[in-house]
Amino acid sequence: MTGNQPPGPVGKIDPEKLTIVPLRHPWRWVAVALVLVSVAAMVRSAISNPEFQWPIVAQHLFNPLILNGLWQTILITVVVMILATLGGTIAALMMLSPSKLLSVPAAVFVWFFRGTPALVQLIIWYNLSIVVKDFTLWLPGLGTLYSVSTNDVMTPVVSAIVALSLHESGYMAEIVRSGLRSVNKGQYEASACLGMKPSLALRRIVLPQAMRMIIPPTGNETINLLKTTSLVSIIAVGDLLYSAQSIYARTFETIPLLLVVSFWYLAVVSIMSVGQFYLERNFSRDEHRSNPGITKAILGNLTKIGRKEALA
Amino acid sequence: MTAPHTHHDRFGIASTTMVHAKGIRKSYGHLEVLKGVDLTVPSGSVACIIGPSGSGKSTFLRCINHLEEINGGLMLVDGDFVGYRLDGNKLYELSPNAICQRRADIGMVFQQFNLFPHMTVLENLVEAPVRVKREPVAQATAKAIELLQRVGLAEKRDAYPRQLSGGQQQRVAIARALAMNPKVLLFDEPTSALDPELVGEVLEVMKSLAREGITMVVVTHEIGFAREVADQLVFMDGGVVVESGNPREMIANPKSPRTREFLARVL
Repeated sequence: MTGNQPPGPVGKIDPEKLTIVPLRHPWRWVAVALVLVSVAAMVRSAISNPEFQWPIVAQHLFNPLILNGLWQTILITVVVMILATLGGTIAALMMLSPSKLLSVPAAVFVWFFRGTPALVQLIIWYNLSIVVKDFTLWLPGLGTLYSVSTNDVMTPVVSAIVALSLHESGYMAEIVRSGLRSVNKGQYEASACLGMKPSLALRRIVLPQAMRMIIPPTGNETINLLKTTSLVSIIAVGDLLYSAQSIYARTFETIPLLLVVSFWYLAVVSIMSVGQFYLERNFSRDEHRSNPGITKAILGNLTKIGRKEALA
Repeated sequence: MTAPHTHHDRFGIASTTMVHAKGIRKSYGHLEVLKGVDLTVPSGSVACIIGPSGSGKSTFLRCINHLEEINGGLMLVDGDFVGYRLDGNKLYELSPNAICQRRADIGMVFQQFNLFPHMTVLENLVEAPVRVKREPVAQATAKAIELLQRVGLAEKRDAYPRQLSGGQQQRVAIARALAMNPKVLLFDEPTSALDPELVGEVLEVMKSLAREGITMVVVTHEIGFAREVADQLVFMDGGVVVESGNPREMIANPKSPRTREFLARVL
């Protein structure tokens, strides 16, 4: 395009010899350089600063107390997630019911448990015995059949599971509801015209399609929940954070132990992300002709810098 | 499945009548969409319903299998109510499960195909016979493959719906409806969502079904198809049947000016 090119014969271009010069992205490389420099600086400080006490991190990484706490954290996450998925699905189906008597209570449930902080709910359930002294099964004519003190039932772990399950149910209800609503009305009609009962249509036709919308946010919720469980340390449940706190309360190795905690949270979150990847792929079988493995999917994204994504 | 009660005699209808609609009314709020529609479709015949959009023809079709509840009139499919149980002089509303059981005998093909996108073609065809009619999987599969051959898509059995063209999807949808051995097949503008060059393949399949003597009620804009295949042509406008009769005579010599005007526009 500049004037000092040798003037070729006008109108004599061989179309076979035309080449495309790709657009350059100089500022993208500047940004990459800046990122690399800051990463290098952080890594250097982490290695050279003795206050990180890496040897102590290594020493506590597989401490039985820490591993026991990790187990508690995973257990609470799994149990809460199962209960919240059940509760959330029931609440979602109620919210979608044409009957106001079902949809309004479900909406109020979601409003309440999603609208108050998890920490507050946790403390309330832990202190339930202040309001309710005993759980009693009483039937008219038969009198008291069974009675148990609230403090015996609402142990820290049970309070934690009840509180977090209810809190999480509120979120899951919204996720399931939007997933169910994303399925085309024609799918309900087609199943009805094939003689499928509503429950069968829900199980075989609607839910599998809704799952595609439900799984990604549910994966996020599970990861969120895993970290939210660290709140239970304040009601003395021996989770990962509580175990670390109980160690550094004695040894004052605060930062190394919190690094241990971070390591384990990150490790579990990473494993969960891999699981989520395969779960999502399983529910969108019809969308991919060739399903890339997870390594290929991640590497494929990393090498996309400087290239335009080709639309398959 | 329980033996269906037929009330042909009690309502004085010929026992060969598949669909009997008398004075069907349907409103949405204050808007009356159907203002007393009559239609009788004998077993083994084809009825085509034409008319401008908004004339109520699709709504009427959806009333036949109780996808829409009617507000008045008498609708009998093979001499029985789809959404109610007759006992003495009372109609008892049926549960959704019971209605679905009766709907299994009434096939429907939609404008938007409504195939199940998460299932392969074969799975689409096998699902309802196995889960609703409790047919053995092997038997249902064999029948499904036979039906796919009939609509010319045997080689697509393992494809997913979105990998098929619109015409192919609609042929699969027809095969899926046939897999339930329905007594009557309802078509709701089956070619309206298709590219013009794909309309022919779907109409061919429908013509072959008509030749085999399957009872069909077809809402369509394809006047040529109606003239060739229909035993009875129905022109609806403004929620009423304006004119009905032999398709050739009606198309050549429409009696009502509204029919004449409509045909002049679409032919």
